[in-house]
Formats: sequence, structure tokens, C-alpha cells
Amino acid sequence: MAASETSKETILRYAFGNVLSFFILVLIGVLAFSIRLFSVIKYESVIHEFDPYFNYRVTQYLTKNGIYDFWNWFDDRTWYPLGRVIGGTVYPGLTLTAGTIWWLLSSLNIPLSVETVCVFTAPIFSAFASWATYLLTKEVKGAGAGLMAAALLAMVPSYISRSVAGSYDNEAVAIFALIFTFYLYIKTLNTGSLFYATLNAIAYFYMVCSWGGYTFIINLIPMHVLLCIVTGRYSSRLYIAYAPLVVLGTLLASLVPVVGFNAVMTSEHFASFLVFIIIHVVALVYYIKGILSPKMFKVAVTFVVSIGVVVCGAVLAVLIALVASSPTKGWSGRSLSLLDPTYASKYIPIIASVSEHQPPTWPSYFMDINVLAFLVPAGIIACFSPLSDASSFVILYIVTSVYFSGVMVRLMLVLAPAACIMSGIALSAAFDVFTRSIKFQLPGATENSERDAGETSSNSVVAQNDVAKTEKNEDAVKERPSKKNRKKEKEKENVEKPSVKSQIKKKLLILPLEASIIAIFLLVLLGAFYVVHCVWAAAEAYSAPSIVLTSHSHDGLHVFDDFREAYAWLSHNTEVDDKVASWWDYGYQTTAMANRTVIVDNNTWNNTHIATVGTAMSSPEKAAWEIFNSLDVKYVLVVFGGLVGYPSDDINKFLWMVRIGGGVFPHIKEPDYLRDGQYRIDSQATPTMLNCLMYKLSYYRFVETDGKAFDRVRRTEIGKKYFKLTHFEEVFTTHHWMVRIYKLKPPKNRIRGRAKKSKSKASSTTGTKRIGTKKKNPWH
Amino acid sequence: MGLRFDLLLFTIALLSVPVLSDLILSRVDRRIDLTSQVVRTTSTLKVENAGSDLVSEVLLAFPDSQAKHLAYLSASSTEGKGKAKGSAVSFPVEIVHPKGMPPALTFYSVSLPKGLGKGDSLTLDVLVVFKGALQPFPEKITQADIQLVVFYETAYYLSPYAVKVQSLSVKLPDARIESFTKIENTKIHGSEIKYGPYENLPPFSYSPIVVHFEANQPFAIAQELVREIEISHWGNVQVTEHYNLVHGGAQSKGEFSRLDFQARPHVRGASAIRHLVAKLPPRVHSIYYRDEIGNISTSNLWGDHKKTEMVIEPRYPMFGGWRTAFTIGYSLPLQDFLFQSDGKRYVNISFGSPVNEVVIDTLIVKVVLPEGSADISVSAPFPVKQGQETKFSHLDLVGRPVVVLEKTNVVPEHNQHFQVYYKFSSLSMLTEPLMLISGFFFLFVTCIVYMHADLSISKSSPSYLAKLQWDEVQAAVQQVRNIINRCLMIHDKLEASLRDLSRTGDVQACKSARKAFDGLLKDLSKDLKPLLASLQTSPQAAQILPKVEELVGKERDLQERMMAKHSTVVDSYEKKSSGREIENRVALQQQKITALRQEVDDLLDLIDEI
Repeated sequence: MAASETSKETILRYAFGNVLSFFILVLIGVLAFSIRLFSVIKYESVIHEFDPYFNYRVTQYLTKNGIYDFWNWFDDRTWYPLGRVIGGTVYPGLTLTAGTIWWLLSSLNIPLSVETVCVFTAPIFSAFASWATYLLTKEVKGAGAGLMAAALLAMVPSYISRSVAGSYDNEAVAIFALIFTFYLYIKTLNTGSLFYATLNAIAYFYMVCSWGGYTFIINLIPMHVLLCIVTGRYSSRLYIAYAPLVVLGTLLASLVPVVGFNAVMTSEHFASFLVFIIIHVVALVYYIKGILSPKMFKVAVTFVVSIGVVVCGAVLAVLIALVASSPTKGWSGRSLSLLDPTYASKYIPIIASVSEHQPPTWPSYFMDINVLAFLVPAGIIACFSPLSDASSFVILYIVTSVYFSGVMVRLMLVLAPAACIMSGIALSAAFDVFTRSIKFQLPGATENSERDAGETSSNSVVAQNDVAKTEKNEDAVKERPSKKNRKKEKEKENVEKPSVKSQIKKKLLILPLEASIIAIFLLVLLGAFYVVHCVWAAAEAYSAPSIVLTSHSHDGLHVFDDFREAYAWLSHNTEVDDKVASWWDYGYQTTAMANRTVIVDNNTWNNTHIATVGTAMSSPEKAAWEIFNSLDVKYVLVVFGGLVGYPSDDINKFLWMVRIGGGVFPHIKEPDYLRDGQYRIDSQATPTMLNCLMYKLSYYRFVETDGKAFDRVRRTEIGKKYFKLTHFEEVFTTHHWMVRIYKLKPPKNRIRGRAKKSKSKASSTTGTKRIGTKKKNPWH
Repeated sequence: MGLRFDLLLFTIALLSVPVLSDLILSRVDRRIDLTSQVVRTTSTLKVENAGSDLVSEVLLAFPDSQAKHLAYLSASSTEGKGKAKGSAVSFPVEIVHPKGMPPALTFYSVSLPKGLGKGDSLTLDVLVVFKGALQPFPEKITQADIQLVVFYETAYYLSPYAVKVQSLSVKLPDARIESFTKIENTKIHGSEIKYGPYENLPPFSYSPIVVHFEANQPFAIAQELVREIEISHWGNVQVTEHYNLVHGGAQSKGEFSRLDFQARPHVRGASAIRHLVAKLPPRVHSIYYRDEIGNISTSNLWGDHKKTEMVIEPRYPMFGGWRTAFTIGYSLPLQDFLFQSDGKRYVNISFGSPVNEVVIDTLIVKVVLPEGSADISVSAPFPVKQGQETKFSHLDLVGRPVVVLEKTNVVPEHNQHFQVYYKFSSLSMLTEPLMLISGFFFLFVTCIVYMHADLSISKSSPSYLAKLQWDEVQAAVQQVRNIINRCLMIHDKLEASLRDLSRTGDVQACKSARKAFDGLLKDLSKDLKPLLASLQTSPQAAQILPKVEELVGKERDLQERMMAKHSTVVDSYEKKSSGREIENRVALQQQKITALRQEVDDLLDLIDEI
């Protein structure tokens, strides 16, 4: 037979397939990168939102001062007068990544600014993430599913929302690190290679550097190992995949300053150590089973079990006692609110006040993962036939991430890759079945198919090129008959293991021609719908940088650039050492854009400090002035949307200030600000509300704009229209009034001041304020 | 301050200093323009030589208080008279320190190349521009106040020469005049104040005047402006200008109310800088306007074939004392600015800022020439401080030479073209593409080498040998599988021949087919033997060998039963047995065959998985 000829042909075909999938991967990378550029094209190349500004500032510091100064950086521009040890409290992965990219580029004399590098870090890493998804899915279900999953992940809206150009946040690189760690784990599990196990530990280290979500990995992998052991799938490969990861991974993780000893002390890591012990016990049992005769083994088991139970019981009791003795049971607040969704709203208002920590609504699932939500169950079923170690892992991954995404909107991001992998597997399997049915029934292909059927083992690699098929169906149909005998390729045998078994079913799963054509058409339609939705989400929903707002009116585009206007004003027209007080949302932006010292920022590490600012904002003017003055504050910044209808302004956030302030300083009581349990600022509002600093700073002279003081956000006329400020003066208000900056007036001359004060108090305010001035300042 | 100078200069006037030369100014007309933040004084001096010697320089005197504001000075004269005026000839001007002159005066000397002979006369046009000579008074105003400034000047022309007839007119902006010094012959026409004519005044006559008036024009001062002009021989001139702007008028005090500013913008905040207009060259493209925190969306652009105008608004209206910083950048076509002469290339581009309302404290112009330029020289129409730097940009190895020009106190009059001459060979343009090409070439070459080279460290290490052996084993197993598969195919064909037999009853054909297949099967089993032997010797195959042997055994078993069945059927056909009889006889064998076939298939799968 012409064996050599066919083998040459197969090698050629094989190379062709490889090159094809390589190009598809490159295109997927380009797609992932370019779909995230809507924000740059529609707005500008700018850092988005809040946290990215902090990361950007840290990166600037890193590139300016070098890595050693970065580790030792004590930031005195924030949390005045406490400051913050940035080097020890920040996940450095993202910063170091962008810093390295910048350093590399500048050493190649490519003059890109740090900002540009930061803006484009997220899109670059989303391309990496889709490649990692390809690798992971390929390990689980073959290359076809891999390409499909990678293409899905490249444009899944949930991930886009966190990784558009400019969204320079930890998640941008962390999702890549997460998927890549999982890939290396599966790879090690499939090959049993210590090399991949080491790489896995390093990838895990990168993940620990990047995001607090690394605890998900260090809990999910032990769960999977435990599952494998329980279902009797223990093997040396499993041991190699797990034990080095725990040892090396924990050692490396504790090198990251922000984690440090947490890597061994907190309960988040407890599961990994428990499973580490279990896997050793199991390994020992298997070893002993190997060297003993069955009878001896039974005796040994009874002996060891009886002693082991006693010892384990004792150790467990000690452990439980230790853990229970700490108030949070050794868990951090955010992790606890994951386990118990009501925990945050009960105990930590500061976590609950962040909208991305709320549970998601059903529409947000459709918005964020779209048709994937319907494909996931099919993918899970496909993973069960046959159930391998790898596919059981992705099943576990999707199940846990569905739970976590149900607790916190933010963790939808962790669900997205799992959903993409599952949907990729489902779609790939579906296309596999339908295209095969068509192939067996097409008149041109009948001879080949008969011969195929005659040969007991036929091509097993058809699945590989499924994605190509979806894109150019006819081509694939033509090519397919010649792609037989691929089985001769010996290297790939490990990978193609799942698809080999399908050959038996192949004869069974033949659908009618018309049905399969219609089904393929529908699936392509579904995919097209997904693409349209993703592009829409990327272009419309998730590309707004949120520091620049736009609105379309009849006379064209209108730009609201008020935030930067205010920050630019602060940065150029105040003293370098002036302190600016604002609600913590704007802390990062103020330090990064205005370069001024702030009292609190988005890091929220010190609840009392935030409560102090909250108390000041909810106190009457005089008490607030005293609090701010004691903090050396010179300027107070409030965000006010009433004039143009910007809904997320400080008045709408005000109840959280009251709650957080009241949590520490009990004289601030939430009911004082509510009329019959309702939050309102109109004439029905309580006097406490109408006299608090936030109300006054927001609505100062607001009535003069339209004569009625109609608030466009709350859709009502405000309660108290005419009032004067005695302790603050307006120094700047932006073009659309969205940011208003006030300066604390210097203390008045004593004798005149007393006379004036008592007069104004008697005339303007009610009795509550007088009491307030005495008691409401927490600093006296 | 004005009073101090009064006294000082009054004493100067009394000290009848010896006259330098015998020049007489027969007529002096001065016009002072105060409508913008710079003070432009245009003087027409009619100089007469009353002495006998040839005079080649004319001295211009300024009190030190004015001289420190002096930013630009030019003296020119138009040849010819009346309507037949020729082109203006400008004379070189330099600062001098003649001896025997009164203190607190700064002298500039205009040198006349031709000289002025006895009795000759010359009309000299002197343009002097002062920067920062208008002082806000009061120095701090609220948002509602109007901005008032004072201006000090002398009513008599201060000169080391005697002046016969002179006059002065001061042009003010079209607004309120708070006060002005009244001396003899003072008239006011609308917004113009006229002093003079005054006749026959001795040298160094001085009569201070003060004008206090409303000035609401913006006092935009760039404390530092860095212009970077990057020449690319690929057809582009990239200009980047970094402004550091301050409102130099009366300081703002007290509250800033956006409400008042929006409701009555011309009353509350009349002197604020709302926008600036940059006049850019035509065919400018890729314009941007941003600051360190991003794009500034408040700008407007329009243009025609002669010019392009960009209206730039700062992020916020600038009141007195407020600062801001921004960057504008634009690209220009190379052929409009780069020329060649005498084997050298030269860039001819304007020196100052395209924004005319801005005066500049320190202007730094950097001209970035392409990498490999040599022989660099600069020609500027006025004295500037020169320096050199190196800048690294895309694909640079040695860096690009940068010419740095620095000048303080720059006013719009400095907005003249200057030239940078350099030598640059066109071939150097190809270095960068070649570098890229070779870089990628070597990348691919290394990839190819890497893919083809065997990089295992030791060829004799056990793991390497084991890998080789394992490869061999796999190849052998693969071949075994192929052979088995072919056997199975032959079995299928045997079955087919039996079916043919039952259909046609052609026993001979069936027998011949049987013979052919027998031969084939024998060949195959021959092929199988060496493979099995090699597997048995290889230590790596220990795991897979039993399965393979089992497979081969099962297959042989299957083969025998197949043959047996075949013979039985053929025999029965020869004996002309009935169909049912045959089926009965074969049924048992058939069952076994099916079972064996199933086992063989399973084994194949199993081996596949290993």
C-alpha cells in the first residue's frame, strides 16, 4: 500500500490544520483586543472610573521611582493623617505588569506614555485570556471546542465590562491568570508532568499578585482533588498536579506583601491544607495496598482507621476551637459575605454600600453572558460524556462560579470564562453531530463514508476543525474526506482521547439531513445574535469612562467633562499640601488627577475614618466645620447632579454616609434623616436633613438657577431654598454644577464671631442644631 | 513708584549732561497702544545731524523701570518720501552703556550703516513692545469687580538729544478711564488721550504721567512654553506645545460663583480668560488639545486654504491668578517647511506661539532633527540662547539631535521665522525599515532553527532513551493496529463473499476469493511477527505488551473461526443444503465471531487509550 504517500499527505493536512487554527487564534486575539477599543474611539484614551486611577497612580510611581521605592512606598497623600502603606496593601500584579511593559517599550526607545500603556493593558490581556481559554478547553474537550470557547470569551460582555481599554483594574490581568492557572492544572493532571506543575505554581503566584480572587483558585482546586479522590479517580498524576501547587504556591504567595502570612493563617486557605493532608493519606493507602496482599491490607486498614479516627478527631477539635475563637472565624469580611450573602448588609455597611457587591438581577445574567446562559446546561451534559478528570473540573468550576455570581455582581466575571468554556464545548459537540450527519448523507461523500464505516477506526480529528466549519461550511465539507487516517499522528493521542470514543457512537448519532442543516443554521443564527449583542454591549453599555459623560440631544452630542474640570482646577489653583475632603468614592480620582491629599479613598481600610467624614457630611454646618478643621481640611468637594440630572451624586449616596457615620458615632441616627421611613429632600424632609452639610453644600444658591430649585434627579423641588453658608465659601463650581468645591472659612475673630454666631443661630435654625453643635462633634 | 522716578529724573534733567553728538530730533510722534496686555509704543523720530561729523549711531533711552519690561525693540526707516515709499530698512539695535550718562537709564543704540552726514536727516520708526508694563490696581478684585490697570509713562520723549517738536497719543481700550494725569495741552478724544505738541525741550526732559483705566482683556501669560518641533523626513512635521498658563491680571479674591458667571458673564467675570485663539498654518492636521488628565473637549476648529484657526477653551474660565496647563499638538506637511540650499537642508518655521493673546515668560523651542543629521546651525532674527540635546524615539540607536533655543520675554512680535540648517543623506531614511526587516528576518530564522534543532541536553540520558524507545513502541503498536484493522477488513470481505454466495450460488468465485484472502492473511501474520518480537524485547512495552498479545491472539482466534464458518458455509453450498440448515449450522459459530469481534474492537480502543 502507498503508506508513505498517505502519511506524507496526513502530515501536510495536519500542518495545514495547525496553521489554520493558529490563524484563527490570532484573529480571536485581534477580535478580543479590538472589540475593547470602542471606549478609545468613542471617547478618548483615558483611564476609567475610580480604582483604575489608583492603579495608574501607583504605576506612575513605580515607573518613576523604581521597584524598591515602590515596595517601601508610604503614601501620605491619602487617608490624612494616617497615610497608607501602598507597597504592603496593594496587589502588585497589574502594576508590575504594566510597569514592565512600559519599561520594555521605553528601553526599545518606543516613547509611549505610562497612561497609554495602562489604557491598553486590559485589551492585551483579554487577548491572552482568550488564548488561555483555548488551551484550557483544548485540554478538556479538544481543539474544536477550544477555538469555539476562545472566540466566545473574546467577546463575552461580562468580561468586556471589566477590560475595555482604559479599565485598568486588577481583574483585567487576573482573569487571564485565573484561566491560565486552571489550564496548567488540567495540563498537569492530564500529563502528570512536574514541569507543568511548577509552571502552575508560578501562574498561581501571578494570580496571587494580581487579585484577591486567587482564593477562588485555592479553594476550587482542592475541591476538585477531593472530588477525584472521593470518586476513586486518584492517580499519581493527580498527586503531581496538586502537591507541588500547594507547597510552591503557598511559599510564593506568602512572598506577596499584601498576602504574607495570610497564606497560611486565614481560613480561606484552610481547605487546601486539609486536602493536602488527605491526598497524602490516600497516596499512602494506595502505596500500602500495592505492597500488601489483600488480606493483610484489610487488617492494616482496620488498625489504622481505628487509631486514625481518634487522632483526626483530636486535631479537628483543636482546629475548630482555634478558628472559632476568632470573631470572624478567620474569614475576611468579603469572603464571609460570599458564604453568607446577608452578612455584609448586617454588619459591614461599607461593603454593602458598593453597588458591585450587591446580588445580581436576572436581566444582568442575560446582559452579561447572553446566550451562553442557555448553552451552559448543554455543555455540562457534554462534559459528562465521557466524564474525565478535566471535564469534572470544569463542571465543578461552573457550578461554584454560578453560586458566587449569584451572591455578588462583581463575580459574574468569574462565571464568564466558565460559561464560555461550557458553551464552547456544547456548540462544538452540536456542530460535530450535525456536520457528521450531513457528511454521511451528502451524495458526494457517500462512498467515502461507506469506506469510513468499513474501516473500524476512522478519523478522530474531525472535531478539531469544527470552528473552521462554522465559519466556512462548504470548505470544511470538501476537506473532510481527505482528513482521515489522522490517527497515525501519534503525538496527539493524549489530547484526542475523548473524541476517540465518539467513533462508536458515530454510527448511532446520524440525524436526518434536513434537520441537521436547519439546526446548523439555527446555531449560526444564535452565534450571530450573540456577536451582535456583544458588540452592542461593548459599544454602548460598557465603554463609557464614567469621568466623561455624554448625552445626545437634538443639537448633537453634549459632553459633560465636569469631573476633570474640577480636578484640574484643584490641581492648578490650590496649594500642594491642601487637604480635600470628599466622600470616599472620589478619593482615588482626587489623588490621581488633582494630586491633592484626601481624607478617605476607595481603599476603605479604615471604617472609623470614613465614618468621621460621613458624620461631618451629615452634621450641621458648624459641627462639620469643626470636624473638618480638626482634620486640617481646607476644601470640601461634593458631587451634585440636580442641575443636569446625573443620578449617582452625593445626595443619592447620602444615606450610606449617615449609616456608616452612625455605625461609629451613635449620635447620627438614620431615622432623623428619614420622613416616615422615606428618604426625601423636598419640603417634607426632616429638619436634620435640611440642615446637614451635604444638603447645604449641594443646594447652595441652587434656587437662583431656575427660581424654583427643581432637582432633576429627585424630580422634586427642594425643601429649603434660601440659605447662607456661614463656615464655608464656594470657591469653584463646574460648568454643569456636577462638582462643587467649598473652602473652609478661617475661624472668626472671637468677640465679633460670638455675637454674630448667636444671632444667626437664633434666627436661622431650629433647636436641634444648637444641641448638635455641642454634642455632635466626635472629636470633643 | 511713579513719584520716586519723578524726583530722580527731575534731578537728571537738571544735570545738564554733555551732549553725545550733535543730533537733534526735529520731530517726535509717539503712539502708545494699550488695548492689549502688551504695551506697543510706535515712535517716529526725525533725526537731524546738526554737527559736522558723520554720525553712525542713534541712542534711544529708557528709564530702568521701563527697560525691565522691554521685550522687543526694532528700528527701521522707510527710504524715499511721500507716496514713493520704498521698503522698510531695519537697523541693528544693541544695548550700550555709554559713559557719562545719568544713572537709572538704559540705552539702546541704533547703528546706521550708511551714517548720517552733516545736515542730513532721517526718519526713524521705532517699535518698542513692553511686556507686563500694565499693573493691575487694585491688585485683588472680587468676581463682580472690574479690572483696573495703571500705566506709567513720560509725556515728554526721554532722549539724550534735544527735541524740537513732539506729541504723544495714548490709545486705550474702549472702556472706562478711571483717571489720567493732566498737564498742559492734554486732550481726550473718546478712548484716546493726546499730549502735546510740546516744543523745544532739552535733552532728558521728563514729565511723568499715569493712566488708570479699565482693562478687561485677558492677561494670559505663559510662564513657560515648550515647543517641540519634530522633523520626519517621511513627510511630517509634528509640533507639540506645552503651555503653563496663568492669568496675570488682578488676583481674584473671595467666592467664585458659577451662577453669577453663567447668569451675567460680562459683569461677573469680565476679565476672565474664556478662550484663546491659535492661528495655525494651513493644511495642518491631526490636531489635539489635552492636558495631563486627558483630552479637553472644549475646542473648536475651522480653516480655509490660508489659515486654520483653533479656538481653545481652558477647562475652566480663568480668573485673576488662576493657573492651568495644557498641551496642543498638530502635524504639518513637510514640504511647507523644509527646503534645500547649497547641499544643506533647512527648516523654516515660526518661532513663537500660534496663540497671539499670550505673552511668554520663558519660551523653549526644541527642533528635533532626524537621526543622523550633522552640521547643524541656527539662524534666528533675534538673539536666543542655544543648546543641544539628544532625544531617543522609535527605533533610534544613537538618538536624534535636538536644537534647543531659549528666549525669555516673548511677545507676539517675536513670532518670526527662524531657520535650522543641517545635512542629512536621504539614504539614512532607509536604515529604520531595514532594521525592522532584518529584525523580523532573524526572528524567523531563529524560530526555524529552534524548530529543527534537537535541544535535548544529553543524548545518552535514560529519560531521552526511554522517550526514543517509547516512540518506537508506539510506532510498533500503531503498525500492529493497522495490520489488525486490515485483517478485520478482510473478514468483512469474507462475509461479503458469503453474502454473494447466498445471492448467486457461485461456489467457485467464493472459493477463489477465499484463496486470495488466505494469502493476504498469511502475509499479514508474517508482517505481524517481527513487530511482536520487537515489542517483546523493548522494556518500555511491558505495560502494553499483554494487551497487544491478547489482541493478536483474539484476532487469530477470530480468523480461525471465520475460516471455519466460511468452510462450513461453502461446504454446505456444495452439498446443496437448504438455507435454514446452513443457518443452523453456522449460528453457533456466528455468535462466537460476533463476541470475538466485539472483544477485538474493545481491545483496539484500550490500546488506543494507552
